[in-house]
Amino acid sequence: MSAPETPMLELRGVRKAFGQKVVLDSVDIPVARGRSLVIIGGSGQGKSVTIKIAIGLMAPDAGQVFVDGEDTANLTSAADRARHNARFGMLFQGAALFDSLTIWENVAFRLINADKVPRKEARERAIEALARVGLPASVANLYPIELSGGMQKRAGLARAVVAAPQIIFFDEPTTGLDPINADVINDLIVEQVKRLGCTAVSITHDMASARKIGDEIAMLHKGKIVWRGPAADIDHSGNAYVDQFVHGRAEGPIRVEV
Amino acid sequence: MNPVQAVGRSTLGLLRTAGSVAIFAGRGIAASVSTPWFGGQMARQVVAIGYLSLPVVGLTAVFTGAALALNIYTGGGRFNAEQIMPQIVALGITRELGPVLAALMLAGRVSAAIAAEIGAMRATEQLDALHTLSTDPFRYLVAPRLIAAVLTLPLLTAVADTIGVAGGFLVATQTLGFSGPLYVQNTWNFLTSWDIQSGLIKAAVFGFIVALMGAYHGYNASGGARGVGRATTHAVVSAAILVFAADYILTSLFSAK
Repeated sequence: MSAPETPMLELRGVRKAFGQKVVLDSVDIPVARGRSLVIIGGSGQGKSVTIKIAIGLMAPDAGQVFVDGEDTANLTSAADRARHNARFGMLFQGAALFDSLTIWENVAFRLINADKVPRKEARERAIEALARVGLPASVANLYPIELSGGMQKRAGLARAVVAAPQIIFFDEPTTGLDPINADVINDLIVEQVKRLGCTAVSITHDMASARKIGDEIAMLHKGKIVWRGPAADIDHSGNAYVDQFVHGRAEGPIRVEV
Repeated sequence: MNPVQAVGRSTLGLLRTAGSVAIFAGRGIAASVSTPWFGGQMARQVVAIGYLSLPVVGLTAVFTGAALALNIYTGGGRFNAEQIMPQIVALGITRELGPVLAALMLAGRVSAAIAAEIGAMRATEQLDALHTLSTDPFRYLVAPRLIAAVLTLPLLTAVADTIGVAGGFLVATQTLGFSGPLYVQNTWNFLTSWDIQSGLIKAAVFGFIVALMGAYHGYNASGGARGVGRATTHAVVSAAILVFAADYILTSLFSAK
């Protein structure tokens, strides 16, 4: 019998509280290599905190984060952290493009500043990445403020994938987009994740998006994973929390705190 | 809450803030004195902080020099000592008013801009994005601003010194009947190199304070647009207060020399 494969990303016993409010309560989230996990849950249930802890933007109060079997707490030197960060790509909710840089400079940011790729080559790779997300070369010299929300998301996606990361995080990738643009972004996410063969972790409360981009879906509620299963099972999970959330019903075990 | 509790809480809050600023400053200095440096960012900040502050610093200096000359002439007249006006203007400008005024102008113009820019980056997750792109925000954002302010404020102060003394010269020669060549000669013979150097050293320290306060408050901004506004206000106020405090400390040290 072969040993179980080491998860590409694993949160083990992670706990995080802000004052009295426990946001994550000993959460275990392993994600297998090459799989796409979508975490769903209501607002304020700790989805963003989960991603921030996974990517190292926030430290957990307790528990560990493993990337490809390596405990991230052991990454103490700047070189280790840089090597660690190079594995990640992230598409932020509002795209988080740098206002002061052009679109191609945004996309090529990691290449130029961290990987020390010459500007000319970085520009070419940025324009290729933009083309892959359906943006023409003519937007390369524009500034983020000159693009629509959907185009900014595409540029953000190009920035996330340009350096071929091993793990990509998507934070509410379709929030603020109309249904057609949202579907385009979903398609692009699926396409890019498949092309790179990387592991993906997304957080969303858009069920259409969750169904499309996830191999698996996990639901986070009150700091715990209350259900996890294949994306195809989400409509017959047999879990009252998931059913209420998926159908968007006010009645059910989830009480909205006002 | 009883008064003792209130005092205790305020004291703890103050100590916490002081510690947090000290740690932030330490990280900023460490990023400033070690590679990698972001040359493009630094050049941009030298222009934004130094070159673009020239008009406001120059205008402030000329009017201050002129007003100072009038006041010293009036005060000196009470002791029949009007003739020492050029020397006192030069001393006041180079040792005190040049660096302090330039720093205050920078606190208003630059500290606020740094806090607003970095604060807005915090609010829109651009700082988090820097982390995910393997770039340390202290190296990319904080260090270039600290270095640019420390380098350019002494230069701005040198300009302010020159223009301030020229303001005094204009008033003295055009309205108070002083001889131009004599004014210049008295000023030149009176000033020592230490008068100018001490002002420039002060300016470098003030530059650090101004950029540090802008970066610190912007970096720690929270609460969206309101938080950015609050960070901007705190940056300007704290930079101004710390400039005055540092001015007193440095003046005491230099006076003992």
